[in-house]
Amino acid sequence: MLTRKHISKDVKWWIVVAVLAALPLMGVLPSSYTEHVLILIMLYGSMAQAWNVIGGYCGQTSFGHSVFFGIGSYGAAMAVVTFGFSPWPGAMVGALLAAGVAVVLSGPCFKLKGHYFAIATFAIVEIFNRLFMVWDWVGGALGLDYPLVEEGWMNFMWYDSKKGYYYGALILMIFVFGVVRKMEKMRFGYYLLAVREGQETAESLGVNSTRVKLSAMALSAFLAAICGAFYAQYNFRVDPSMVMSLDMSMKFVLITILGGLGTFWGPLLGAAVLIPLQEYSRAFIGGMGGGVDLMIFGLIIVLVMVKQPRGIMGILDDIAMKSREKKEGDH
Amino acid sequence: MVTFLQVALDGILSGLLYALIAAGLSLIWGVMDVINFAHGEFLMVAMYLSYWLGFLWKVDPLISWIASGVFAFLIGALTYKLIIRHTIGKSAMAALLATFGLSMFLKNACLYMFSPNFRILNDTILGGKTFSVGGVIFSLPQLATSLFSLGVVALVYLLIKKTRLGWAIQATAMDKEAAELMGIDTERIYVLVFGLGGACVGIAGGLLPSYLATFPDVGGLFSLLAFVCVAMGGFGSIPGALFAAILIGLVEAFSGFYVAPVFKYVAVFGLYLVVVFWRPRGLFGW
Repeated sequence: MLTRKHISKDVKWWIVVAVLAALPLMGVLPSSYTEHVLILIMLYGSMAQAWNVIGGYCGQTSFGHSVFFGIGSYGAAMAVVTFGFSPWPGAMVGALLAAGVAVVLSGPCFKLKGHYFAIATFAIVEIFNRLFMVWDWVGGALGLDYPLVEEGWMNFMWYDSKKGYYYGALILMIFVFGVVRKMEKMRFGYYLLAVREGQETAESLGVNSTRVKLSAMALSAFLAAICGAFYAQYNFRVDPSMVMSLDMSMKFVLITILGGLGTFWGPLLGAAVLIPLQEYSRAFIGGMGGGVDLMIFGLIIVLVMVKQPRGIMGILDDIAMKSREKKEGDH
Repeated sequence: MVTFLQVALDGILSGLLYALIAAGLSLIWGVMDVINFAHGEFLMVAMYLSYWLGFLWKVDPLISWIASGVFAFLIGALTYKLIIRHTIGKSAMAALLATFGLSMFLKNACLYMFSPNFRILNDTILGGKTFSVGGVIFSLPQLATSLFSLGVVALVYLLIKKTRLGWAIQATAMDKEAAELMGIDTERIYVLVFGLGGACVGIAGGLLPSYLATFPDVGGLFSLLAFVCVAMGGFGSIPGALFAAILIGLVEAFSGFYVAPVFKYVAVFGLYLVVVFWRPRGLFGW
């Protein structure tokens, strides 16, 4: 059932992808710093989209996604650092493991309501963080530092230019957003929305809500872990406070909510606004003394929550509504 | 045996402090169903105020807790007026995330103004004084803070249960519209509740700098522990939060001493998970 709206959404999506793919080739990117910012936008956009599956479409606000993200990054890092191997199978194992952990932990957590659920996910992040801190096999509190390995796609590692990471991030984004777009159109996507809007009603119509929520959590964790693997490769290192922390968990949530919860474009818009703000304010006013960039960041979050909790998508809707009203007024 | 008693004492004393921090959170949560993520940052700001009063004008924490309490009351009331009021009736997460943004703002504003240095008041009246009973050592500033915390928690509890204002708060928590029909100004109740929640944590923060270092990140862990106390005790129940706080203090002290310091928070947060998986509404929740 492809309506006009569906087609135009997909067309818009492929235009965004084509522009992003063409940018480095056209030589319009002024510096590798701009490239770095674009890579982060694509990475954080994908992370937020991964979270959006469970947090937005299914309505379960998890603050625990840094655990899955962390498992993915440890998967890739351990494959390279501990086993001297390519990160690809490590990322795969990490992602499957993350999905497994997600199912095991979410079973009991889904019985909790509202704030009890949210606090349980905080608690899980703190427990994983502390355990990874003392687990020597995964590098403990010091974490794992990448050795110098050969450049290229096999090791997913480049030193001189960011081009490889740029296209890697683009492929990651196409994959994550593609999966979510596919899910939106499938029966499963409608089940998610039904569970979010009213679990009892959905169940009375024959939707197995527990199974739907667990599958959504597993998918979300799988995608988050793949983003984590990319993150480890891009930073050449991984340690518990970097990947498995409440701050990292909050990034998943904040970007999605700033962009627009439960919408296809929200995560990308949120990342496209927050990441440049964070990176450029750090570069320009960071010199004034620590903290100013994050002060602004905090204020923006407060303002959005107070003014339009539906985020940028909500603001865009408001603008569209106003211009439509104006047009009708003219006639 | 002495070691065992010493560890138990340390656990109970920190538990009582957690109880005061949690009581403020519990009040806000119980009345408005809002989790104040900036709760730990209220504590941090109160600690800075008390520290600077002590450092610049030699005011002892035994006196400056009043200033910290009043200051945190105002911050709480202002937070409600400027932020929380506008998120009520929107999505459930709006208030939580807005207060998270506020916590980021406060933390980094203090980082910018006061640097990340650890600051501790050295020459306070109680500072560094200890006495021992049968080999168990009592640290005077910690003992005073904890007993004081217990007193304030009891006062807050009496205020809610025994006064007309407390009944109005309870009525607002149960049914906002019915309370309004009975002539209760619920808007004022909300401001007061947020202010009182701030004042609880502010009083705790005012007393702390005599034995605990003040730095911009100090609030984070206290916030999390307070969340766990409140949720474990049961929705909006102050006695529940007190019980849970002492339990958490004991678990923290014993696992830290007998297992390993790094495991104390694994044990504390693990205990929370066990309790809520067993009783999804907390120990005293219904």
